[in-house]
Amino acid sequence: MDSPAELAVQDLVLVRGDRLVQQRLSFRVVAGETLAVSGRNGAGKTSLLRAIAGLLELKSGSISLRLDGGRSVTSGEERGQYVGWIGHQDGIKPQLTPLEHLNFYRAYFRCGGNAADALARTGLAQIRDLPAQYLSAGQRRRLAFARLVLGFRPLWLFDEPLSTLDTEGRNFVRLLIEKHCSVGGIVVAATHEPLGVRSVELELS
Amino acid sequence: MSVATLAARDVRLATRAGGNAFLALAFFAAATTLVPLGIGAQLRLLGTVAPGIIWVCAVLAALLSLDRLFQTDFEDGSLDLLAIGPLSLEAVAFAKIVAHWLTTGLPLTCLAPIIALLFNLPTSGYGPLVAGLAIGTPAVSAIGAIGASLTLSIRRGGLILPLLVLPLLAPVVIFGAGAVKSAIDGFANGALLLLAAFSLAAVLLSPFAAAAGLRLNLHA
Repeated sequence: MDSPAELAVQDLVLVRGDRLVQQRLSFRVVAGETLAVSGRNGAGKTSLLRAIAGLLELKSGSISLRLDGGRSVTSGEERGQYVGWIGHQDGIKPQLTPLEHLNFYRAYFRCGGNAADALARTGLAQIRDLPAQYLSAGQRRRLAFARLVLGFRPLWLFDEPLSTLDTEGRNFVRLLIEKHCSVGGIVVAATHEPLGVRSVELELS
Repeated sequence: MSVATLAARDVRLATRAGGNAFLALAFFAAATTLVPLGIGAQLRLLGTVAPGIIWVCAVLAALLSLDRLFQTDFEDGSLDLLAIGPLSLEAVAFAKIVAHWLTTGLPLTCLAPIIALLFNLPTSGYGPLVAGLAIGTPAVSAIGAIGASLTLSIRRGGLILPLLVLPLLAPVVIFGAGAVKSAIDGFANGALLLLAAFSLAAVLLSPFAAAAGLRLNLHA
């Protein structure tokens, strides 16, 4: 997989249900940059992230991920293959333990990472065999980040990544973002609070 | 293989606490047991209605757990993750159909001969009953997946799904029960072959329709 050089959004119009949520939005993020997207509730932050991930159809406009090789990925489903996703739901099954989660996603995403190592990094090693229904909201978010660090996806899309995390968890996420940018990754995060890392701001109206 | 990984996860979820693998089986056993109690000890009559009753109950039991096929993944955000994974949504749907069959169709097929005992099914009917269920229940899971993908975003879609899917499953019941009846009557017809053809087409084509339904709900 070529790593991306730039994410370019051009004249984007997004519709959810029958409601227009985004009117002619354009911006660029280059490799190594973090984009912090802010805006009032309902401004379309989540819709924008879903559109970038290929999970929401574009009404018009384009989103293209230019790769190092010079090729551009414009199809939503292909773009999804480059995405590391932290949505506002964590995608966690109450019946499965953290270790089972990571082992499943490691096999499903065909990535080589070590599940036990990812759990240790996110501070979940003690509860790796506890069914996820007993995890707190913050622990579930940590598990979502453990899934993210399992394999390399160059384009990280976060929806309120810090919302349920404690101070230590927030610092961990900041370090994670900085490290990701230093190796040429791109981060787009929708957030109400300052991320605490060097970032480009985008306010949706 | 990501398809096998996903199917294995779904089988594991269905057999854990809160899963509905055993519920479908228990429903099938309970519903079919009620019929002899209602009809009474009329052995000839029971033997005659057995193929139809067993098939209808098997289809209804399999439908019970279908509305949650994609819905839990949709609601907890897992479907978003599956969608950005290496599998196409068609392959995701196929994996879920396989898992659903393994946790409902297959156990139903294994239980059916025991239920048939309660109905005094003639001996010659057992072979076609079990073979028919083994061949036909994959079609129930596959066609059900289309309905499940369409009713994904309807919170209480439990009753709409059977309405959508039951008419499409008529051929399965007709050929499945027909094969048993004709074997009991002692002549051979091509019901099992037709059932196999229908089932094969359903399993091959349904993932595409289900994936279209998933896109409809996911991308809206």
